[in-house]
Amino acid sequence: MLETIALWLFGIGLAFDVLGCIGLVRLPDVYNRAQAATKCVTLGTTMLLVATALFGVGGNWALFVKSLLCAVFLLATAPVGAHAICRSAYVSGVKLADVSVEDAFVQRARVIRQEHRQRADEIEKNMEEVEKSEEAEIERT
Amino acid sequence: MSQAFLGIATCVLIFSSLLCLDRIGRGPTAPDRAIAIDTLGTIMIGFCCIMALWPTPTDSPSASPFMDYYMTVAIAWAVISFIGSLALAKYLEGRCYDA
Repeated sequence: MLETIALWLFGIGLAFDVLGCIGLVRLPDVYNRAQAATKCVTLGTTMLLVATALFGVGGNWALFVKSLLCAVFLLATAPVGAHAICRSAYVSGVKLADVSVEDAFVQRARVIRQEHRQRADEIEKNMEEVEKSEEAEIERT
Repeated sequence: MSQAFLGIATCVLIFSSLLCLDRIGRGPTAPDRAIAIDTLGTIMIGFCCIMALWPTPTDSPSASPFMDYYMTVAIAWAVISFIGSLALAKYLEGRCYDA
């Protein structure tokens, strides 16, 4: 019974993996690709891990615990990483596909870019001050 | 678990990782490649599952037919892949001064 459930989970997980990768190849821009790849592949691999855990029930509890631990960790972190990459893609100026209808992140991205620029300016100013003081010290000696 | 099923599963995952490699090679922008690398790391965890379920030889001293230490590899791979994608994201975000 448990083995049948595990086999079905394994098969469905594989299907999710393949469909996510096909989406990664076929969709038009970074953001679409990211949502296809991340959601499908994360869910598919989590299913594979849960199936592996079911095979460990009874005989091999180490397999069970490790698989479930890995599944929980993957579910928590993979979407976070993909979200960070997408956000950085938008901030660094990657355009949406031509077929997109709405862009809700414009205002916020403008604010983020301004903050980045301010921080870069501050760093540059600090560097100039440091250089000036170093030159002054060299002249003094 | 039957060895034939595991063989088919391996073929399916190899096909998926070939699709990811296609996107890594072809992707027009850097974030495309970063996403594809992240996905490839997640698929590698699936490979670790298959390796863990692969039946051991019958004369092995281990009591269980499964190799659970591959799941340790999977956990380590998940951690390192997460940190790697965060580092890539930070690096890509820093490039906005150039534009």
